[in-house]
Amino acid sequence: MTTDTDAADTNGTAAAGTDSNSTAASTTAADGGSGNPAGPRRTAAAAGSTPPAGPHPRLTRRTAAGAAAGLAGFVLLILLPLLNLSLPGVLPGPTYTPGSLQLLAMCMLMAAAALTYHLLLGVAGLLSFGHALYFGAGVYGLAIILQNLDIPLLPAMGLTLLVVIVLAHVVGSISLRVSGIPFAMVTLAFAQAGSVIVGRNPDGTTGGDEGLTLRTDNLPDFLVGVVNTRNLYWLALAVLVVVFVVVTWVESSRAGHLAAAVRENELRVRVLGLQPYLVKLLIFVVSAVLVSIIGMVFLLLQSGAVPRAISADLTITLLVMVVLGGVGSRWGAVIGGIFYTILDQRLTTLANSDAIDALPDILRIPLSEPLFILGTLFILVVLFLPGGLTGAAKRLAQRRNRRGRSTGHDGTGNDSTGPDRTGPDRTGHESTATSREILEESA
Amino acid sequence: MSTVVLLLFTGLGLGALYFLVAAGLSLIYGLMGVLNFAHGAFLTLGAFAGWEVARRAGSDDWWTFLLSLLVGAAAGAAFAAFTEFVLIRRLYQRHIEQLLITLGLSLAAVALFDGIWGTDPVFIQGPAWFKDTTEILGARVPNDRFVCIIAAVLVLLAMVFFLKNTRYGMIIRAGVENRSMVTALGIDVRKAFTLVFTIGGAAAGLGGVLASHYFGYVSPMLGGSLLIFAFIVTVIGGLGSLTGAAIAAVAVAVLQQFANFYLGGTGDFVVVLALALVLLFRPSGLLGRTS
Repeated sequence: MTTDTDAADTNGTAAAGTDSNSTAASTTAADGGSGNPAGPRRTAAAAGSTPPAGPHPRLTRRTAAGAAAGLAGFVLLILLPLLNLSLPGVLPGPTYTPGSLQLLAMCMLMAAAALTYHLLLGVAGLLSFGHALYFGAGVYGLAIILQNLDIPLLPAMGLTLLVVIVLAHVVGSISLRVSGIPFAMVTLAFAQAGSVIVGRNPDGTTGGDEGLTLRTDNLPDFLVGVVNTRNLYWLALAVLVVVFVVVTWVESSRAGHLAAAVRENELRVRVLGLQPYLVKLLIFVVSAVLVSIIGMVFLLLQSGAVPRAISADLTITLLVMVVLGGVGSRWGAVIGGIFYTILDQRLTTLANSDAIDALPDILRIPLSEPLFILGTLFILVVLFLPGGLTGAAKRLAQRRNRRGRSTGHDGTGNDSTGPDRTGPDRTGHESTATSREILEESA
Repeated sequence: MSTVVLLLFTGLGLGALYFLVAAGLSLIYGLMGVLNFAHGAFLTLGAFAGWEVARRAGSDDWWTFLLSLLVGAAAGAAFAAFTEFVLIRRLYQRHIEQLLITLGLSLAAVALFDGIWGTDPVFIQGPAWFKDTTEILGARVPNDRFVCIIAAVLVLLAMVFFLKNTRYGMIIRAGVENRSMVTALGIDVRKAFTLVFTIGGAAAGLGGVLASHYFGYVSPMLGGSLLIFAFIVTVIGGLGSLTGAAIAAVAVAVLQQFANFYLGGTGDFVVVLALALVLLFRPSGLLGRTS
């Protein structure tokens, strides 16, 4: 690790995005993608990040192999509804059945939502507790518009988007007047206001606790009914890919670099004559808009709006997903989202099984509460697994690399390079080490 | 007039509950920079412990009520001390991780309460006097409001006395002002952390028992719903300020009651609006230090 000043220095230059450090960092991101266990979904990372700096044969070969494997995995994901694959213990049935497709589509949507939260927390360092407000605005906005206006789906979605953009600007510009923990509380308060309004059911528009059932009159036929779950699955997959590409694009844009710089040292950004407030607002609004689109697809998938979609619980769920996967890593958010969704579903099934019912009280009560297990798991990850699942995977790969390679390099000469992604969390150590290894390899 | 008085006392009673939660939150945040999401779970545990005492004693006289208050406060304090000692202590100075830990803890604890006591609210019996009303200026004010108000005032006085007149209180106040200086003077500030957590937990547990009488029931969600308003109160009052928390708690609760009555149930909304206004014009809160 370098000293604070050095880190800030590198961030300053990384924000400008001109020198080799940022290129090295993007290589790290690409490597993080191909190094993690969820091989099938690698394509977008390889496609989304900039190509590696040096034309080193070993690195290119590895990247090419990764891209090929990723492409194959992606094609598999597209073909999944047409195949008869069984994953006992993970999916409720073969992959072509609506039940499994529903769960898989939910995984995609939650992974996408976790990605938008990653944009807030991982990129801009904004710990928001009000993200569910925009998700819920997408869900309820579209449901209410479809219920009350006789317009087709796309204009209805456009109208909802407009509402969300205005809402995100208003709430964002007020809450960003404070930062850090107070920001978390304020966003929570706004989201709570939204949740309370939905619960109050003004003039019967939101359906209160019961929620709203999706009115399907103006929907295209291929999105309605259990038979068409696979269309919804493809839609959810498309949403995930689009959100991933957009998040990658925002993250590697000038605004993304600036946001990362603000996360590391806001004062320094201000001294450089840049506006932290505006870039934070931009990230906030982009993230809100993306998550509201996911909310709209969620509405189509669930064919109804439920109060949970706008509750603080949902934000917390997203936060848990991002932290489980590893803060600051896009793939971490995706993996965390999928992992959490499947685990939650499986644990709920487990909780209602006979095996649990037969246990004595002291075991039965904790095991029959999925949230208890997830909460405990979350605490353990925060305590013992800094960097979440991707951090752990990265460390494992690193250890294996170190064992496999001759002990020629120790990398001490590269200390001043590459801590671009050094966050306030402990993941920084990992990524610094990894980028150092990349530099070694290409040197 | 009688409506105004009734609303005022109801608001004061609710404000007392907000204060009991917010006081601990505010002190913990001021001293340690931890946003404690598990504070709601402390409160819920206190409420359930108080209810268990009342249920097992099988009577609803004053002694049982006092005992349930004591047990509730003790349960909250024990849970809080455990949290600080086992979980928070390992992560000093890493505020985001500390917050995440308390968040995970609140998820797990609420789920566990769900499993033990069920998700449905359980109804609670207090001394018969609670059911009666006292007439003040023509308004018939339910008596449990007074109990809440008196308890909160006592807690406030005790806390102020403790902070102003004892050695540990002095360390805590100094720690809120400038923690690194206190550490530099060779004082083990970690003891103060545990102490503040314990005090906060005790206040929350006490608040839990009182809240269960105020609302008439206990449910695992009790803490969570009060916690959000306590957050708002701490931000409006100024993070780290006990007096600020007390003033803001009363202001928020009274405003909420009046808005609920006169503006057609928009109380929660008005409170969030007030929060937005405070943030726009005074981002550090009413009595917070201006940065």
